[in-house]
Amino acid sequence: MATTDPKLVYERPEALADVVTHYCPGCTHGTAHRLIAEVLDEMKLLDKSIGVASVGCSVFAYNYFNCDFVQAAHGRAPAMATGVKRVLPNQTVFTYQGDGDLASIGMGEIMHAAARGENITVIFINNAIYGMTGGQMAPTTLPGQKTTSSPLGRDVEMTGYPIRMAEILANMDGASYIVRRSLHDPAHIRKAKKAVRLAFEAQERGLGFSLVELLSNCPTNWGMTPEESLDWISDHMVPTYPLGDFKVSTELAKLKV
Amino acid sequence: MSKELMKGNEAIAEAAIRAGVEAYFGYPITPQTELLEWMSKRMPELGRAFVQAESEVAAINMVYGAACTGKRVMTTSSSPGISLMLEGLSYIAGTEVPVVIVDVMRGGPGLGNIAPSQGDYNQIVHGGGHGDYYPIVLAPSSIQEAIDLTAEAFELAEKYRGIVFILVDGSIGQMMEPVELPPMREPKKDIPEWAIGGGKGDEQRILTSFYLQPELEETINVRLLERRLEIEANEVRYKEFFVDDAEIVVIGFGTAGRVAYSAVRAARAEGIPVGLFRPVSLNPFPTAKIRDLADGAKSLLVVEMNSGQMLDDVRLAVSGETPVEFYGRMGGVVPFPDEILTEIRRMAGEPPKAALNGQARQQWLERMKLQGYGATENGNN
Repeated sequence: MATTDPKLVYERPEALADVVTHYCPGCTHGTAHRLIAEVLDEMKLLDKSIGVASVGCSVFAYNYFNCDFVQAAHGRAPAMATGVKRVLPNQTVFTYQGDGDLASIGMGEIMHAAARGENITVIFINNAIYGMTGGQMAPTTLPGQKTTSSPLGRDVEMTGYPIRMAEILANMDGASYIVRRSLHDPAHIRKAKKAVRLAFEAQERGLGFSLVELLSNCPTNWGMTPEESLDWISDHMVPTYPLGDFKVSTELAKLKV
Repeated sequence: MSKELMKGNEAIAEAAIRAGVEAYFGYPITPQTELLEWMSKRMPELGRAFVQAESEVAAINMVYGAACTGKRVMTTSSSPGISLMLEGLSYIAGTEVPVVIVDVMRGGPGLGNIAPSQGDYNQIVHGGGHGDYYPIVLAPSSIQEAIDLTAEAFELAEKYRGIVFILVDGSIGQMMEPVELPPMREPKKDIPEWAIGGGKGDEQRILTSFYLQPELEETINVRLLERRLEIEANEVRYKEFFVDDAEIVVIGFGTAGRVAYSAVRAARAEGIPVGLFRPVSLNPFPTAKIRDLADGAKSLLVVEMNSGQMLDDVRLAVSGETPVEFYGRMGGVVPFPDEILTEIRRMAGEPPKAALNGQARQQWLERMKLQGYGATENGNN
């Protein structure tokens, strides 16, 4: 049996489906998916989990997890998750949303889900661009960043400034755990994993709304190699989107995972 | 069970509760708000889900999520709020999950007003949101009928895995009538096999309306169409009064049909051979029945509280063989029985000609202008 092989140090989590990826080479969606799957395995949540996929590249998230899934309209995942969680309060409900989905069209839904303290977990992928539609400017696009709808670079005089969702949501009384992590190197990925774990721990303890913002890449639409794109996260995104814990409930702060 | 005096909105809410609704998500909007208020008290005390959402957009998507669990869920709103829900409705239709929605219609377009109207007919009956789908639409004309249809709506939604609308206007939502409520029934225990739920050790369930491959989407479209045809074959509902020997048949739904009933009775008292046909299911539309009525009658009069939205469906059913006249009031104005009686007398005195079919709307507008209508923008006329 594979699990008894003393040499085996790395295997596919049970929660992660054994399928060919549709994500671009070098994309960190796969990393984020794996972190969630590992946590679902570790916490033995797979059988009681319901994912809510959003609109964007991660629209197909349901193809990668071996748990029940629903597919929300653009930006509406927190509302749909609310509907699921309110009738199935004992199930584990999580959304997986990009920055266009969560911080632009879905701003109302995410703010009010947090304000209500909905006991759901949100995995927020911030890659500063609309990936699925081909690289348009997102609310999280950096000043000066070139996209297909800001071809000369984001002009803040015309288009405003990046939105820091984790900082905003941390002000909500209903939120129990709001942090930002990055997926640009192994050390940061390990920290991200711990954060995903704590976010699900928050839900299992009934502490209310939890969100992990994950700084991610988009080599295709950024026009970079995968390696360059990871460097770009640390060099350009992290200064704009500082990593850290913005809200950690007291009960969660005491938890060792 | 004895009758009690209840307001329409509250009666519909209680009827849904007694039908075993397990989750309600809504947003305040006049003239529907008492329904939400009733739910805000009753649902939590029964241990069922209630959320006052931040918008109708959120409310319908909460309904969408809850419906995916296979439980009985509903939302309610009024015209502008229903417009906001259309996106979610399209997703619900594409995902094939059962949902019951009440639209308490008000005057429009735009913010309009809060008076009774039937201006949402086209939006609701002919689908509303994007893509190829048709909801079942039931139009009661009294509070008792609204209660009875609410219970039926959940059964139909589950039977056909789709959307069922209860389409009423503000007057049915706001007025009080003596009604009899059904006994309380416990929420259903059996969860359909397609529902998400986790924890049952079952196969993985994915509920989506996303089919990137056109051929696959077409397969879904065919399934939805076949279900629609099955609904058309089995779920047509209507009421008819004095139609057996009628030379003139008045056709109206909901409140317009109810007002027309008074006019038809008054005309009968005058010896005019007139009957009333009141469609209860607007979708499926009683097309075949209306064609039969048209064959036996000399003319039809469609009465609505809009500019003749159902008129077009009646004309399609009649196919130009029988003259179809129209009388309507718009903007939240409810017609008086006397206005309809005047139309019936006119048609009895000078039978309409089929040659003028297709101009019913224009002719009605001319008559209405002669009679005088409306108010100045700064006050009443």
